[in-house]
Amino acid sequence: MLGASALLLALALMVVRFLQLSWPVWKAHGLGWIVGTHWAPAEGIFGALPFIVGTVVTSVIALVIGTPIALGTALFVSEIAPAKIRRPISDLIDLLAAVPSVIYGLWGIIVVLPLLQPVEQFLADSLGRFIPIFAGPPSGTSFFAAGVVLAIMIVPTISAVTREVFVTVPQDVREAAFALGATRWEMIRYGVLPPAQAGIVGAVILGLGRALGETVAVLLLIGQIPSISKSIFSGGYSMASVIANEFGQSQEPLHLQALIAIGLVLFVVTVLMNIFARLLVGRAKA
Amino acid sequence: MAASFEISNLSAWYGKRLAIEDISLSVEPNQVTALIGPSGSGKSTLVRCLNRLHELLPGARAEGKVILDGENIYDDAVDAVSVRRAVGMVFQRPNPFPTMSILDNTIAGFKLNGRKPKAELQEIVERALTAAGLWDEVKDRLSAAATSLSGGQQQRLCIARAIAVQPEILLMDEPCSALDPVATLRIEDLIMELRERYTIVLVTHNMQQAARVADRTAFLLGELAGDPGRLIEIGPTKKIFTQPEDKRTEGYITGRFG
Repeated sequence: MLGASALLLALALMVVRFLQLSWPVWKAHGLGWIVGTHWAPAEGIFGALPFIVGTVVTSVIALVIGTPIALGTALFVSEIAPAKIRRPISDLIDLLAAVPSVIYGLWGIIVVLPLLQPVEQFLADSLGRFIPIFAGPPSGTSFFAAGVVLAIMIVPTISAVTREVFVTVPQDVREAAFALGATRWEMIRYGVLPPAQAGIVGAVILGLGRALGETVAVLLLIGQIPSISKSIFSGGYSMASVIANEFGQSQEPLHLQALIAIGLVLFVVTVLMNIFARLLVGRAKA
Repeated sequence: MAASFEISNLSAWYGKRLAIEDISLSVEPNQVTALIGPSGSGKSTLVRCLNRLHELLPGARAEGKVILDGENIYDDAVDAVSVRRAVGMVFQRPNPFPTMSILDNTIAGFKLNGRKPKAELQEIVERALTAAGLWDEVKDRLSAAATSLSGGQQQRLCIARAIAVQPEILLMDEPCSALDPVATLRIEDLIMELRERYTIVLVTHNMQQAARVADRTAFLLGELAGDPGRLIEIGPTKKIFTQPEDKRTEGYITGRFG
């Protein structure tokens, strides 16, 4: 209780300090700059929307791709894999969760990007004709590339946590399902997943947190273009990566203050997406 | 409707350890067959071989013949899932699905494998819960969580869940071991009623329970520590408890060991 209060207080102080430091930006542009679409610090134009869009889009792509893979991996380890290989696979996943993100970023540029080119081209040629978010031409570094590498980064996180959750489901319940003539998949669907639901959500939110805040890997893969595009195959920018990239290079006070303000927005977006994720689950449960 | 088991030369292993060895016995239709014996004598292992649940544990396997409806359930062509659909089971500890309501637990057997119930759902639920002696207690709160019931009620719910899909045989693995004496008596009464329609195999560590409810009783024993369980003798319950043929059975029922 005391710890939680202390944490909340620290968070509140941080928000206040950020607000204080970035105050000139809010004073000059009101709240409007948050939805501004143009970012040109040299000309004194600050619009945060391209970064917000970039952060949200890459994170959503990461979750859409990563969550099923992570759950599948965790289920394989806890329900399907022979006892002998469970331990090595779990250890490997835990190891992957601990790899520094800059390594994932470099690996993404050198290895994943070339592999993604044909996939992007194919999606653009097929789905891209009807659905604008898949429209081509693919640009190499893009929302999609960043999202895919983010997915790879959050899979170990989500997978490691959900595996622990699945392990806590009592063996009794599995046997109840099997004894009623459930196949393994039916046992998982009715016996393991329902009691694990809350834990799965927690794991996904943890993964989402990592995706939203990821800086270096996204910086390397997103293309660093502060513009909003309809297609996920275009280049973009994200909140965390623009802060990391521009903070050290600028002398302009308003520019620096705008970057701090973006940090504040990132914090708020993270909290909002967490709340949204929880609401979504609350509704699914009811 | 009620079926029988013809078990011959059944052995089962956990990894390399032999748990039951060369067991042959028959389970007669519409009778309660009790399996008694000290801990480690393989009673639970034997009963878990009768619906092929045993083999789901890592490294576990079984060999031998178990004839159900003229078919060996260990035949290569037989699917374990279909065996488990025909043979219901109730476990030591009540194990309702924790996130499901009383209603959903009762019809879980249908939901799990997408089987369409033959009769109306309402009818099935009422019939199963009535047969399990639970209907009057829960009929007004079918949508309540199964975990809101008492332990004895949960166990009767598990019995309802097992018989809702109308199995041919019901296996009960020490169904009262986690229950208080009153709840235990209710389950025993229930077993006597269920015998009218089902064939029941009852594992129990409680000899009085076997004496009260079983038509036939089988005594299993692993003689030395670590020995696999073997069938010592099987016969009408009365005979086993009054004039056992084997000295070891007599020793066990008179409380000299076990």
